[in-house]
This record gives sequence, C-alpha cells and structure tokens, in this order.
Amino acid sequence: MKIPLIYNIRSVRQRPVSTLTTALGMALVVLVFVAMMALSRGFRAAIVDTGSRDNVLAVRSGADNELTSGLSRETAQTITSMPFVARGADGRPLASPEVYVLVSLDRLDGGDALVVARGVSPRAFEVRKNVEIIRGRALNPGASEILVGESIVGRFAGTEIGETLEFANRDWTVVGHFAAGGSGFESEIWGENEQFMPAFRGEVFQSITFRMTDPSAFESVKTTLENDPRLPVSAYLEYEFYAEQSALLTQILNIAAVFIAGIMAIGAVFGAVNTMYAAVGARAPEIAVLLTLGFRPVSVLASFLFEALVIAFIGGVLGGLLALPLNGIMTSTTNWASMSEVAFAFRVTPDLLLRGVIFALLMGLVGGFFPARRAARQPIVQVARQV
Amino acid sequence: MKYARLIWVNLTRNKRRTILTTLSVAAALFLFVALRSVNTTLNEARDVGSESRMVVRNAISVVFTVPEAYYSWLTTVPGVRRVTWGNWFHGIYQDPRDFFPSFAVDVDGYLDVYSNEMEIPEDQKEAWRRERTAALVGTGLMERFGWRLGQTINMTSMIYSPDQPWPFTIRGVYTPFPGWTDEAFYFHYDYLYEMVEQVQPGWYVLELEDPSLAATVASTIDEHYENSRYATRTETEHAFQSGMISMYGNVGLLMNAVGMAVFFAILLVAANAMMMAARERASEVAVLKTLGFSDRLLFGLVLVEAATITVIGGLLGVVGAKLLFEGTGFQGAGFLPGFEVKLSTAMYGMLIAVVLGLISGLVPAWQAARLPVAHTLRRVA
Repeated sequence: MKIPLIYNIRSVRQRPVSTLTTALGMALVVLVFVAMMALSRGFRAAIVDTGSRDNVLAVRSGADNELTSGLSRETAQTITSMPFVARGADGRPLASPEVYVLVSLDRLDGGDALVVARGVSPRAFEVRKNVEIIRGRALNPGASEILVGESIVGRFAGTEIGETLEFANRDWTVVGHFAAGGSGFESEIWGENEQFMPAFRGEVFQSITFRMTDPSAFESVKTTLENDPRLPVSAYLEYEFYAEQSALLTQILNIAAVFIAGIMAIGAVFGAVNTMYAAVGARAPEIAVLLTLGFRPVSVLASFLFEALVIAFIGGVLGGLLALPLNGIMTSTTNWASMSEVAFAFRVTPDLLLRGVIFALLMGLVGGFFPARRAARQPIVQVARQV
Repeated sequence: MKYARLIWVNLTRNKRRTILTTLSVAAALFLFVALRSVNTTLNEARDVGSESRMVVRNAISVVFTVPEAYYSWLTTVPGVRRVTWGNWFHGIYQDPRDFFPSFAVDVDGYLDVYSNEMEIPEDQKEAWRRERTAALVGTGLMERFGWRLGQTINMTSMIYSPDQPWPFTIRGVYTPFPGWTDEAFYFHYDYLYEMVEQVQPGWYVLELEDPSLAATVASTIDEHYENSRYATRTETEHAFQSGMISMYGNVGLLMNAVGMAVFFAILLVAANAMMMAARERASEVAVLKTLGFSDRLLFGLVLVEAATITVIGGLLGVVGAKLLFEGTGFQGAGFLPGFEVKLSTAMYGMLIAVVLGLISGLVPAWQAARLPVAHTLRRVA
C-alpha cells in the first residue's frame, strides 16, 4: 500500500528552514544552468536565423565566410541569369550580389568594435523575407545612405536616423532602421552595393544570395553551380552557411554550461543528501510506526524519494523564476567567423525552463535515493523500543 | 588548541555529513578557481603588449591592410626608433579548431624589435633568416603538435587561397620571456608576398625611443594619413591587445556572476549542514555550559568547526584544480592560451573558504551561545 503523499508534503513543511536552504541551493544551480543555456540559445538563434532555407548563398570556391571571399561581376551576372533563380513580380531575378566589409564604430559605452557593413542590391529586401524597415525609409539609389540594424542602434554613436557615420572616407547618412527577426542581420549596416563597392574593395562582390524557384532542389542547384567551369564558387544553403558560423561558440557555451552546472550540482546533491539523511534520522520512530502498521519497505522508499523530489521541484521552479528576468537582456560578442560584433538577447524559453526543472528533479532523485533506502531498511524493533 | 580534540570528535560523530559537506565545498572551490583563472588568463593576455611599442593599422579595421609605401615615412617620424611589419596569416595545421596565432613578419625587424620577448639560439636565428620557407615556432606550440626542429609541415591559411598547401620548415624555436606567448608561429613576409598577389602589411610595429612619446607619435601618424585611401589608427601595443581581447565580450562579468551563484549555493549547503549538526547536539551544548564553558567559547568552537570543514574542502578543491589543469595542460581549446591557476587565485580561493566557513557557522554558533540551559536539559531528561 502506498503512503499518502500528503504525509511528505506536511513533513516538508515541518522543516521550513532546512527545506528552503536545500531548495535554494538547487535553485542557484538551475539558475546558472538556465542562464548559460539561454546565452548559448540566444547567440545561436541570432546567427542561425540569419539565413533562410529558401535561399542559396555563393562565395568564392573554398571560402567558408564572406570576409575572405571575392566574386567578379561576371560571376554574379552568370549566376543571376540561371534558371533556378526565382523571379520577382516584375520578372527580374530575386538575387542580391553583395559587398561585405567590416567597419570600426565607436561604442557609446566606450571603445570600438567591428561591425559588418553589407552593400546590398535593391532586391535584397525581397530575397530576405525576414528583413523589414521599421523606421525611416528605404535607400535611394546612388546616394550615400545607409540603413542600420536594430540591435546596434543605441549601442554605437551616429546610428540614429538623420545622423551620419563616417567610414571609407565618406559620410553616410542614416535614413532608416531595419529589423530582421532578431537575427544577425540586425547587427549590420546595410548600404547600396554599387556605393560600397568603389568605397571599399574595388570591383568585387563578396557573396551573392538568391532565392531558389524550388527550395527542395538545393542539391542539384549546388551541383550545377559548383561544376560550372565559368563559376569559381562554393554554394551553401543560406541557413546552413550561417548556422555553421555559430557552431563553435554555441558548442563552447554548452560545454561550459554543463561543466559549471554539473560541478555545482555535485555540491547541491551532497546538500540534499545531508538534508534527507537528517530527515530520515529525525523521523526514525515515525518510520518504525509506518513499517509496523504494515506499510512495505518499498512504499517507505518511494515516500522518501517523493519527499526529496518535492524539495527538488521547489528548487527547480525557484531557479526558473530567478532566471526569467534574464530573458531579453541584450549582450554582445564577436562572431569569429566574420570577426564582427553580434548583438543578441538571452533566450529563456519554456523548454529551457522545463529542462531546468528536470535537472533539479534529477538532483533530487540522486540525492534522495540513499537516505530513502536507509529509511526503508530500518530495523523496526530497535527503533520502536527507543520510542 | 586544547579544544582541538573536542572539535575533531564533533566533526567525526557524523562522518557522512562531514565528508559530504567537505566534498561539496571542494566542488565549489574547484569551480571558483577554474572561473577565476579564466579571468586572470584573459587579463594577462590583455597586458601582454608593451607600452613602448605601437601598432599602426588600417583605421577601418585590423582586417584591412596598410600600404608597403608607408614604411619609409614611418621611419622618419620623430621618436620612432625602428619600424617593422607583420601580417595575420590565420594558419591551420590539420584541424581548424586547433587554433594558434600565425604571422608573416619582416624577419630582421621582428628579431630586432622583439629581442626582449623571445630567446632564440644564434644559429637558429641565422637559419630562420636565411631560408624563405623557414618558420620560427614557440616552445608551447612545438610541444602541442609534437614538432621537431628541421621538420617540414604543411599548413593552410583561412585567408589566403584556402585550398592551397603552404609548406614550412621549422628552423627556429623560441623560448618566450615572461609575459609573451609560447604558442606563436612566425614566418617570412617575403614568402607570403611571393605566393599571394596583392598582399601588403597588416600592421606596422613601431619601437619608440621613449614610451612617453606615444601620444604625440600616434597623432602625428594618424593626422598624416587621415585623408588618404588608407587612413591609419595608431595605438600602443597594449591598447591594441586589450582591444582584441575585449572582442570576446564581457567574459569577466559572466564568470563573476556565476562565481557568486556558486558561492551562495555552497553557502546554503554548508550552513544547512552546520545547523543540522547544532540541532542534534543541543543537549551536549547544554551540558558543556553546565560544566562551565562560556557562551563566547561555545560560539567560537562552532565557528572553528564550520571553518575546519570549509578549509579542508577548500584545500581539496583548490589543489585539485591546480593539479588537474596543470596535469592536463588545459588551454580552453586554444581560446585561453597560457591558462594557469595563479597563486593569488589559490590564496583568494582559500580566503573564500574561510569566509564561507565563518558565515555558515554564524547562525548555529549564535544559537549555541544563546542556548537556554535549564530548558534544554529538561527536554533531554
């Protein structure tokens, strides 16, 4: 027969200080775990969401980033005229040959950082469905104008609409801000490719991104492009190209999260073991009575395990609550693949919170097992005699 | 000291609890030492550069180059003793994730300007100088890849034609003086120039006659090139390094925040354990008081008991971290070259352990001191 759960819940309430300190210890472990995972998720989301699964990105053969790539005008034109490039309403190809450079901007909080300046074709906003201008207006062809991504507005000097930024020996007027669904594009500055080209590296594009007519045909598109002797290019699905860039740092952050939270968890589990042993020890007479009444040792084991899980659950929920305020906090780091700064937000997602609670329950299970087993194996006669 | 035995008996009466608490403190201190060492390693990397050397780079960003033609004018700037240049090669040996810094440099200039940073046997210096494909490699890097002097290795570059193999022959091995990395790879700029079309220096390094001239030299140079196609940015090597390190983002803040969480989590565990111990021993404390132990003495005894646990745990954690990281030669997958547990970090860790012990013992110690004797003894009887 099972011991009613209310017995454990009341027992837990009998020792509020001990329960709370143990739960709070676990909560801090869960907090660190969730926070670090939220950091890694946020970074990954910012980079991964940059690319679309409908688009192809081509760079110079062998290059795995846009910085070291170079494509001639002929190459760009040849690619644009291929049949698998989707057309817009006006029948012209949805392709954007782009200039990709880094510029150094002054941070408002001191120092400077490298920011991506991307020279795009006027079609870029159609090619990339997630990009839209949220304030101001679009670029005028032929003018020294730029649009600034939402994440860097307010982080760098001269990024408000109407202000000017100076780079490549020219003044560029900010005419608008754009959003891109929280992706890496929001950490960039966009201008017109024909303006950026002469200002920076001369007659060369760094990449070309185009929409496919049939997104499922990527493999054949890739083969066609890479085997065409006129085209010295490597083609990637845009999504995968950017996802690859986030792989290393995401991996490091995840490893750090597991390493740090894992070691903290060892400490917290030992704490839980102490608490549960003390609980078992203090209630030895009660347990003896339960066993005498005919409750089976397995029921006693289950009962005390449940008690440990209750404490752990409180800890897990508490940790999640402590982590919640982190959601949305902006921070930044360097995307090493492009050497540029990416701004991103902590992402505390429901599934992450769930993982935190599961993590806590695991700690409770491990921490509660041995004390619970001890309770179940308690010799009845001796203890009952003491009572 | 005459109470040492009493404390020891108290500690060993519930061995399991004492051991578990000690181990959880050990885990926390291990983590603390690891986190703090990440910070000290990064800060040290920030401090590598010298104040008497300056770096001239492209004003737009360090990924852009500066013309070779600048060399002769830079040598004429007042206050500049010697000018040399280098270029970032981003070389890869087998696995791109096994990162190490690699540079194409003006060999004679580098040997001159960095003579106080690297110790190289004279014959190896000559050998490196004479051969175009020769490389100079730090002792740490030699060890990491198991290279030998005279070995020819094939590298690729992330920047220059990624498919092309670059053969190098290791002709020199340098031993760094303190503060310099032992993991750098240097080769001839001329080799790069020969293999790649359109290459120019990534940066110039200026050796100053006097560090106090840095500001004047910087403004002279930057104003001179301000309106050229290649505007420059001149800063001390120290500032330059510091700028590169801050590209990681605010690692220090993250590590400190996590460190705080670790501290409090373990404080809770230790304090809870001490409170449980004190609760179980209430009657004993009452007896001791009856025997004439003063409140203050009992307060002290509990505190010392708590501190003993955390100090032993702290020693385990700190020494464990030191041995583990040194034994495995941990370098953070190349992101934290020169990672080490400093003595100051270890001392700081032990200080934290003591503080942890005192705080965790505070409540039970206070309770013991305030224990009403008659009331407690009546309950026992």
